[in-house]
Amino acid sequence: MNVLTFTDRGIYCPAGDFHIDPWRPVPRALLTHGHSDHARGGMDTYLSTDLAAPVIRHRLGPIRLDTIRYGEPRQIGGAKVSFHPAGHVPGSAQIRVEVGGEVWVVSGDYKVVDDGLSTPWEPVRCHAFISECTFGLPVFRWTPQEELRDQVNGWWAQNASEGRFSLLGAYSLGKAQRVMHLLDPSIGPILTHGAVEAVTQVLRDQGMPLPPTTRVTPDLDLKAHAGAMVIATPSALNSTWARKFGNASTAVASGWMALRGIRRRRGTDRGFVMSDHADWPGLNEAIRATGAEKVFVTHGYTAAFRRWLEEQGYDAGIVSTDYAGEEVLAHDEAPKDIIDEDAPGGAVA
Amino acid sequence: MKDFAALYGRLDQTTRTNAKVAALADYFRTAPDADKLWTVALFSGRRPRRTITATSLRDWAAERAGLPLWLFEESYGIVGDLSETIALILPPPSKDSDQPLSYWIARLRELSALPEPERKAGILDAWDSLPGSERFLFTKLLTGSFRVGVSQTLMTKALAQATDQPETEVAHRLMGDWTPETTTWARLLHEGEARDDSARPYPFYLAYQLEDPADLGDPADWFAERKWDGIRGQLILREGKHHLWSRGEDLITDRFPELARAIDWLPHGTVLDGEILAWDGDHPMTFNALQPRIGRKTVPKSLLTTAPVVLMTYDLLEQDGHDIRPVPFQDRRQRLEALLTGLPPEAPLRLSPPVPFATVDDLREERLRAREEGAEGLMLKRRSSPYGTGRKKGDWWKWKVDPLTIDAVMVYAQAGSGRRANLFTDFTFAVRNGNELVPFTKAYSGLTDAEFRQITAWVNKHTVQKFGPVRQVEPVQVFEIGFEGIQASPRHKSGVALRFPRMLRWRHDKPVNEIDTLDTLREILAAHG
Repeated sequence: MNVLTFTDRGIYCPAGDFHIDPWRPVPRALLTHGHSDHARGGMDTYLSTDLAAPVIRHRLGPIRLDTIRYGEPRQIGGAKVSFHPAGHVPGSAQIRVEVGGEVWVVSGDYKVVDDGLSTPWEPVRCHAFISECTFGLPVFRWTPQEELRDQVNGWWAQNASEGRFSLLGAYSLGKAQRVMHLLDPSIGPILTHGAVEAVTQVLRDQGMPLPPTTRVTPDLDLKAHAGAMVIATPSALNSTWARKFGNASTAVASGWMALRGIRRRRGTDRGFVMSDHADWPGLNEAIRATGAEKVFVTHGYTAAFRRWLEEQGYDAGIVSTDYAGEEVLAHDEAPKDIIDEDAPGGAVA
Repeated sequence: MKDFAALYGRLDQTTRTNAKVAALADYFRTAPDADKLWTVALFSGRRPRRTITATSLRDWAAERAGLPLWLFEESYGIVGDLSETIALILPPPSKDSDQPLSYWIARLRELSALPEPERKAGILDAWDSLPGSERFLFTKLLTGSFRVGVSQTLMTKALAQATDQPETEVAHRLMGDWTPETTTWARLLHEGEARDDSARPYPFYLAYQLEDPADLGDPADWFAERKWDGIRGQLILREGKHHLWSRGEDLITDRFPELARAIDWLPHGTVLDGEILAWDGDHPMTFNALQPRIGRKTVPKSLLTTAPVVLMTYDLLEQDGHDIRPVPFQDRRQRLEALLTGLPPEAPLRLSPPVPFATVDDLREERLRAREEGAEGLMLKRRSSPYGTGRKKGDWWKWKVDPLTIDAVMVYAQAGSGRRANLFTDFTFAVRNGNELVPFTKAYSGLTDAEFRQITAWVNKHTVQKFGPVRQVEPVQVFEIGFEGIQASPRHKSGVALRFPRMLRWRHDKPVNEIDTLDTLREILAAHG
């Protein structure tokens, strides 16, 4: 019998009678992390890591949420469950499910490089691995973290020396804080869009080492902050809100910025190739490290990635979700999706 | 290559014109001469010849990256650019090279002379020596398709700053059929004068599209004439020879031998600006008649009889060897009239007649008459204006007639490339013929980015069948298609071919059973073909 099955509500474990990241109401939901396409309202009960819980509470309001630490075993019905670091955003997890000696792992979203904030990804040995493949094509190969640090600070320092604001679009949970963590605070002050500040405050209260930031409010004296870094949601970059920064230099941090066409279409001055998902080498390395013989792929270039895995000798399948699915062009269906790589189903701004 | 890649990075990282000009000017002040010369050549469309096929390049890159060809193709479909796909899928380089741009272009030339195995080894080695955007740019050179967001005007401005010369002088020097092999940086930009080369054309002055003639101000300040529908040409008569240049800076002297006879009637040291038109003795023939003469290097005798050409002349740029471009248009026009008046009908030159008008309303009426006059609209020129360089707003306006239109339904969609990769932007449209839909044209432009995204989402959900990259879609979405001309075409199932088709409007309001029919298309052909 399969440890996990794929239903129109999400991934389901019959032995434990629970769903993982379901998108329709179910009695018991296990969440890999707090991004809006994984954590949805309307479930009777929730289970997440203790590190992911504050953001999930912040976003979903009053819910019945139980927490678990990384690596802590828990018996749910006939299934033995544990959560393991996925390295995607702070508190994000892969979920290991064991039934009768057979082990399946749901990756959630993950990246294999250490971003300095999230608990670093660890391989979990399993028989079957359900892997995301948002960037499952060989053209995606990320810029090393150190190089990104130099690029972002170099851009900021240049703008600051010209007295211009640096307006950077980054997804409010995860990417925004990752950028902050890379910044050199000696260059100038860091301002934030309200949506970014809210999540940042939740993470700061949890004890994450984040630099001081100032929320942009209508009465903030912008002249006194000339040359500041402004971190906003990608959608805010095109809004009237962004105009108050005048002749600012603009940038976006996203894995999609690896492609020149998308970068140019986005129309910002800079595009930093920074993703919280695994790149092509990362995906291949991660799958190899699990030792799994069976791999299911989901989210992204699933058809191509599955074929590639089959040619590498894996027994591979596709899990479809209720999002744009396998469509190659899916990330262009709405402008925000080009940038909000973490939320193909709808970004929370 | 590092300097050049850094320049490319600066150009690519900004959308602001001033920042681009500054980046180029910095580069033209500091880079080695040979590199600068190649950079000017590349940015003005003078590319090295393509010597290695795209197929070889993709085979070699996929093999080197250890990827099956299908996965390369899949990736190419997403990236939308062959060179970029190659640069991205190859493993990071194991070496780092300090060689300049000119070295890699010379290296390319060496490699293309070698037999296949050595050529392949050389390319693989180059890829392994160049990181990031250097590798991308090198591959761009290989594929012979080099386009960056730099217009000729922008580059001219930067060169003028870097070499401390007026823009008009630089623009003039860059004209003509030079290549980096036939000149040097010093000769191209510094030595002598632009006019020293007797075949060198003047930069063309280009008009902007006029939205509303009421914006022009006092009608008395303006001169009107027809906007002729042919090939813009500059005829140079100097030192006993004649040279004919197209607006794209192609030397087309031999394609239009009729114009050689201009020498019989006009003095040397004369340069004319005009439109090459197929001419039936009294009137211009349609652009369709001229079509067979474009793109052939030599002209068969039959074509000289069925589609003889004249130069419909509208400006005089040089007289008695003097550059008179700074002289006001009105005076240039008078001198032109004096020069051409009284020429016999066998002279291959006509004077573009003025279109008299007193008021803006007169102009509106004249514009509507354009098609019956064999023209595509009106040209409006400020009487006091000098002959400028490039496209500048203010003194020359074109006011084209409204395009011909037809309502049609989308039947096929294909993704674009480059900036439009991952978006469905190339569509095939059909008209009705009884119960059948007959495809009759493709169109690529006219929608906003937001509309392209919207239609892309729609195509994804309403694909009936896939043929490689082409999607057959449900025939539901109706568009108003605009075009400038139509001709009979036995190659096409519909029997017609359109000129400059584009999408004017997405007709959300129109159901597919109300689109136009093949008969409508045939009527348009009968009236305007």
